[in-house]
Amino acid sequence: MDKFFSWLFGKRAAPTKTLDTANTAPLTEQQLQAIVANQNPHFDLQQLVSAGGQSVGKQRELNEDSLLALTSTMAGNSGNLPFGLYIVADGMGGHQFGEVASNAAIRTFAGYVIRKFHPYLFQVKTDSMDESFQEIMLAAINESQRIIQREAPGSGTTLTAALVVGQQITIAHVGDSRAYFIYPDGRIETITRDHSLVQRLQELGHITAEEAENYPHRNVLYKALGQGDILDPEIFTLAFPQPGTLMICSDGLWGVVAEQDIIRSVNEAPSLQRACQNLVTAANLAGGPDNISVVLAQLIG
Amino acid sequence: MGSVYRARDLHFPNVTKLVAVKEMINTALDPLVRQTIVQNFEREANLLATLHHPAIPKIYDYFSLESRSYLVLEFIHGKDIEAIINDASGFLLEELVLSWAIELCDVLDYLHKHKPDPIIFRDMKPSNVMINLNGEVILVDFGIAKAFQSGSKGTMIGTEGYSPPEQYRGEATPLADIYSLGATIHHALTRRDPRLEPPFSFAERPIRRINPSVSAELETIVNRALEYEPANRFKSAAEMKDALISAARKTGMLSRMANQTGPVLKSDGIKPLWSFKCEDEIRGTPAISQGILYIGSYDNNLYALDAAEGKFQWKYPADGGIVSRPVLTDGNVYFGSEDKRLHVVSARSGKVVWTYYTDGPIRSSPRIAEGHIFIGSDDNHLHAVNLTTGRLAWRFEMPDAIRSTPFVMNELVYVGCESGDYYAINFRGEMKWRFRAKRAITSSTVGMGQAIYFSSVDSALYALDPRNGWVLWRFRMGKASISSPCVVDDLVFVGAADGFIYAVEARSAKEVWRFRTEHQVNGSPVIYKDSLYCGSVDGNLYCLEYRTGRLRWKFSTDGAITGTPLVNDDVVYIGSTDHKVYALLA
Repeated sequence: MDKFFSWLFGKRAAPTKTLDTANTAPLTEQQLQAIVANQNPHFDLQQLVSAGGQSVGKQRELNEDSLLALTSTMAGNSGNLPFGLYIVADGMGGHQFGEVASNAAIRTFAGYVIRKFHPYLFQVKTDSMDESFQEIMLAAINESQRIIQREAPGSGTTLTAALVVGQQITIAHVGDSRAYFIYPDGRIETITRDHSLVQRLQELGHITAEEAENYPHRNVLYKALGQGDILDPEIFTLAFPQPGTLMICSDGLWGVVAEQDIIRSVNEAPSLQRACQNLVTAANLAGGPDNISVVLAQLIG
Repeated sequence: MGSVYRARDLHFPNVTKLVAVKEMINTALDPLVRQTIVQNFEREANLLATLHHPAIPKIYDYFSLESRSYLVLEFIHGKDIEAIINDASGFLLEELVLSWAIELCDVLDYLHKHKPDPIIFRDMKPSNVMINLNGEVILVDFGIAKAFQSGSKGTMIGTEGYSPPEQYRGEATPLADIYSLGATIHHALTRRDPRLEPPFSFAERPIRRINPSVSAELETIVNRALEYEPANRFKSAAEMKDALISAARKTGMLSRMANQTGPVLKSDGIKPLWSFKCEDEIRGTPAISQGILYIGSYDNNLYALDAAEGKFQWKYPADGGIVSRPVLTDGNVYFGSEDKRLHVVSARSGKVVWTYYTDGPIRSSPRIAEGHIFIGSDDNHLHAVNLTTGRLAWRFEMPDAIRSTPFVMNELVYVGCESGDYYAINFRGEMKWRFRAKRAITSSTVGMGQAIYFSSVDSALYALDPRNGWVLWRFRMGKASISSPCVVDDLVFVGAADGFIYAVEARSAKEVWRFRTEHQVNGSPVIYKDSLYCGSVDGNLYCLEYRTGRLRWKFSTDGAITGTPLVNDDVVYIGSTDHKVYALLA
């Protein structure tokens, strides 16, 4: 910012004889964008922003993915508590209602979490909450599991959910949808671990990344919502990256678009909405073999 | 899907003969498929009826009725191994598990040697093994073929924690049963349910790391049964049985069934560098500065000892017991006493500089920050006292006594209270937020990164957001805790009155390990290099490898240890209620 001003005003202040006749050229689009990008806008109000993108892809008729993005701002003298909930669910089971499972998962999960938080967020005087974020996320998973087994028996779905309260992200994760942190300096960090057989075999060193690409059972999950009696989801809490972007997506994106392209799409887009569009487009250009879902969120200020 | 009924055989009207009736429901809609299922069922019943082995239940009858098929078999009085594991309060005896393993190898060997074709059990897991009233194993639930469900995406979901890797390729061989038996023994010995762990991760949970009382011989056998490549496992159940029997002989286990011996690692070999005896119990924690060790005692004195040799330097008498930890700054020692006072004495001479009165005994340790001393008192107040003048800056009232030590981070003072209330207070003495646990918070807070941690008498270890007091997670322990946690490398360590020292993942609250001492753990663990040091009311100071919880050594004192060890320059200092303070090589 300072650089920009000193450059701007320095030029104007430069005492040259040719001042009167100097041609001022408008800044090129590239220069403008560089300036905008270099400005790190300061907001007095710390807030969450988010966007979502979805496409059925190029090779499937049915969209079995579901996504949910819920972002709220509430600020005043008593404080400012960013609150958000972001979920991607990738259903499986086709004739066994994969789309029913993923839809039931996001609604049940979000409904449960919001009901739990409602009295603490929207009542004037409350006691401290007697359940932890992680306990609420676990209970929401179990409730979703119960509803899916009732509404769409035999089907299953992945679920990757991020609850943002203040500067804490609590993740609940089952299956092979993923959550990432993407940083402005071009780093990307996968914060979830796929519950897939191929990932497991790779972790054990029994197959290489290359073999994994062509592994016959690439889609085998060893954990999915709606499946099995004992579900042991991954639940953990991390600090929201600042600056940085939280991305949650289904394998229709991460399995298709290279990480470098994902980073570029996110970091170079003028807005989160555009970034989502770019990501979905990139997956479709790469063949769009599967449903594509992506949610992006940033904590700014 | 189906149920098992306990039924009475009415062919014997004059006696009560119980049988088990297993019901299988045929849900297929296609008539051809339905017929195939019934045929498979009947073939299986016929096969089972020809088997004779004490560990295989006898078949009495079978029949099909509309869409249901029934198998009538021997009723087994007993309990399955999964229930036995879950109902046990600690680890199962190795001898017991070993004897089951030998019997299971025997029945697997019988099945695998079946002619014309070997019979693969396919579903060896603790819930499928019953232990009858005579303590003999019985295999139940034969012929469950379902392992996968497939969907349109080509997605298959397997949820087997006991199945070998090759099962995902659809192979079922005798070697698969051996793997599952290995998984079953592993579960029984470690109490870690493999269905809750990533597939094929047994190697990441070595048995003896979780349950050090298991012999190396048995661990080696289980590891071999759990080899990823089938070719590296035992070639047959008979071979595994021989290995188990020879292990039982070698460790003398066959002859000393139920004669429990724990691992004793150098427990007697440790000699202290020095020890120093006070006139009463030591319940507090030492502090060190410039080669001098400071420690308070129930005999009302604060002692200054030469840290290298334990030589007495001076003592300062208070009018009440000293049960907390002194703090050193600017050449002075600060500490509270049950005489209601905060004492400040010269670290060099032991001469009093000033004292500050509260209205109740002080059991909290002082915290110094921003030119102030923050200390709790049984007068229900947190006191902020000016460091140089010794005058009260402000005090903050709480519903009950404050025995925890205040923690300062992000310009806030965090402190818990005996009422279970927990406060974040700013430097002006104003409440920023409040949280309430179900019982007292005597444990002191530790903060690291995004969270603050403390435990409570309500048996939970808490992680809170330091900015607003929302609870990130709770970790349940067996009993109350007044031990203060410590945090290293994304692990949180804490003790509890259930006798355990726990290690928990900081981001997920997952238990990494727990270590059992013989009595309550009321002191706090500390980490130094790659070891954890913690005392127990059982009188021992334990040194554990902090990543695994494995015991390195323990040192016995003649009284309960309730204080926290101090480690400095490779020497551990610990006070005990046997009136002594000890210095040991770390």
